[in-house]
Amino acid sequence: MITIIEVRNLIKRFGHKQVLRKLNFSVQQGEFVALLGSNGAGKTTLLRTLSSLSKPNYGEIQIAGYYLPGQSAQVRKKLGVVSHLPLLYGDLNAEENLKFYGRLYGLSDFQNHIEEILQLVGLLKRKKDLVRTFSRGMQQRLAIGRAIIHDPEVLLLDEPHTGLDQDAANMLDTLLQEIASRGRTVVMTSHDFPRVANLATRFDVLYKGIIHSSKFAKDLPQHGLLAYYQSIVDEIDAGGENQDAA
Amino acid sequence: MQPKTSFFKAMFAVVWKDLIAELRGKELISAMLVFALLVIFIFNFALELDPKTRSALTAGILWVTIIFAGNLGLNRSMAVEKDRGCLDGLLLAPVDRTAIYFGKSIANWIFMLIVAMIVLPIYSILYNTNIISPALLLVILLGSEGYVAIGTLLASMAVQARTRDILLPILLFPVILPVLIAAVKASAGILSGFPFSDLQTWFNLLIVYDIIFTSVAFMVFDSVVEE
Amino acid sequence: MKKPTTLKILDVVTLVALLGATAMVFFYAPIERVMGAVQKVFYFHVAAGWVGMLSFLFAAIAGILYLVKKTKIWDLVGVAAVEIGIIFIFINIVTGSIWARPIWNTWWTWDPRLTTATIMELVYIAYLMLRQGIDDPERRSRFGAVYAIVGFLSVPLTFFSIRIFRTIHPVVIAGSDPSAVGTFDMTPTMFQTMMVSIVVFSILFIDLVWHRIRLGKLANQVEELKFNIQD
Ligand SMILES: Nc1ncnc2c1ncn2[C@@H]1O[C@H](COP(=O)(O)OP(=O)(O)O)[C@@H](O)[C@H]1O
Ligand SMILES: [Mg+2]
Repeated sequence: MITIIEVRNLIKRFGHKQVLRKLNFSVQQGEFVALLGSNGAGKTTLLRTLSSLSKPNYGEIQIAGYYLPGQSAQVRKKLGVVSHLPLLYGDLNAEENLKFYGRLYGLSDFQNHIEEILQLVGLLKRKKDLVRTFSRGMQQRLAIGRAIIHDPEVLLLDEPHTGLDQDAANMLDTLLQEIASRGRTVVMTSHDFPRVANLATRFDVLYKGIIHSSKFAKDLPQHGLLAYYQSIVDEIDAGGENQDAA
Repeated sequence: MQPKTSFFKAMFAVVWKDLIAELRGKELISAMLVFALLVIFIFNFALELDPKTRSALTAGILWVTIIFAGNLGLNRSMAVEKDRGCLDGLLLAPVDRTAIYFGKSIANWIFMLIVAMIVLPIYSILYNTNIISPALLLVILLGSEGYVAIGTLLASMAVQARTRDILLPILLFPVILPVLIAAVKASAGILSGFPFSDLQTWFNLLIVYDIIFTSVAFMVFDSVVEE
Repeated sequence: MKKPTTLKILDVVTLVALLGATAMVFFYAPIERVMGAVQKVFYFHVAAGWVGMLSFLFAAIAGILYLVKKTKIWDLVGVAAVEIGIIFIFINIVTGSIWARPIWNTWWTWDPRLTTATIMELVYIAYLMLRQGIDDPERRSRFGAVYAIVGFLSVPLTFFSIRIFRTIHPVVIAGSDPSAVGTFDMTPTMFQTMMVSIVVFSILFIDLVWHRIRLGKLANQVEELKFNIQD
């Protein structure tokens, strides 16, 4: 097993507010990790820090063998990021958006590659349509296409299901499973427990600034994710803050 | 493996992106243009213009027009990056932040020049006098470079503020004055028919200001976009 | 946080020095032959302008240091310098107007220095508005630092541009241009008074900056305490 993400003693503050408090987190290659946690727990902050958009105040981050923030260019090449905003240009069509990001990632001769990605995310027929005419689900799929344009080893997703209807969410799940089956590592935050339960291979609970618990899907009873999450949160709340990571 | 995409490739990707997006809707340029024409008309009635006798005034009005229209363009150009999180998208790519800065600046510069290229002949027609000359075009080229150099930097800050709709002109206009003064003076000289050698000082100043403003913006842009 | 003894001493020194300088302006320096008593405003006018410029230079340097080191103290220094600079330049502009009224028969002249001083004032008011518009404290500091640098760079260029227009402001120290209205020859006592005023205003500046930084630190502590209570 190869460790692809290694985070040690990560501290992130906004002003006086400490959002991540000596957080430790590690992911093996090929894992599909679901980050669970209440609103404001710091999931987005963790993903933004991992994706080099936000600098840590303290701690060590290593991704695919490179350190952050020192080797951020190398890390960025290995990372695909899907945030809650689509990161797409409404006045460009689907194909142009991918072309633009392809150029930013230094790809060349990528016409075929772009067609493949459009095929994968199910937007090949709509490739000449402006992104601002797309539904939220289509934008989200294209956002994933954008994130994997450079074939990254790690995909980070921040609540990708938010705002999608059933069909769109199902299509998204199929797409994520397809990507995961290609051996890519995925870290995803979500509130949608039933969906996450079907996708992820590991469930981590981020609460009060650290990862409190980590459980593999195979160790979880059927339909047991919500109960597991609740038990962790209750345990921490009962034990106070000095309870450390399991 | 080269960790970073080549500077020029990234920069031109940004310029290309802005240009094709604009070609499609032409929203930015048409807004700038309509605004510019309105400014000219307002000045006409406010000042009872006669460009043949008042070339100094013509130069001033031309530059006020360009700068107001430019302000509109700069605001919009950075707002597009901020609204759908695209700025994050740019920052996630393995490119120099300064390539992004220069890409945006060049695109903004092109838009300003296009607007100026349309405004000049219209102005000439409206007042039945030809104000277009290579020397004036050169002044516009140099003046608007300094303007977008600092304007792109400040617009990147303004769009990240709560008060972003009102902030940019307040930040930009007081610091851009040296460029504006030199550009207006040079343009007035040209419109009055002074020989180029008499205006050498102003041209030199414009070039020096452009270099200073561009280098400083280049050096601090990182701090404006990196968290 | 107790007020340090050095600061207490500095407060007293500043007060005494200010009184001393005022006394010098009124009783030591002679009344200028042509302009009369109004010329006395000149000493504080020059001193305030000088200290104002110095504050903005400090703000720019603090800005550079903040961007390099990302330590909060340089942000506090930057804000302190800007706020105090704004006050001093305001004094400079107002005293300039008071002087200009009887000499040039106008409250306002489009003279390069007066104009530049006013534009400079606008630059730093814009600085405060920029900070006001940003909620995230770290970003606020960063943007403030950037704008303090850009603003300070632009001011001398503005002055230089306007300077190429004809100036009617007296060039006091060089004193060589006889055509400029309002020029006067400084007697040694006048010169001494001016230098003392500049030194005293510089002391006042240091005292005020110190107080402002202390205030900033206290405000930070209050914020921190608030967060600790919330947790
Ligand atoms: N840029 C910021 N400035 C100030 N506070 C922030 C910023 N970003 C996030 N926070 C704070 O950090 C905490 C964690 O936020 P976030 O990571 O978005 O949580 P989650 O994604 O788990 O809901 C929240 O309390 C939020 O208010
Ligand atoms: Mg979130």
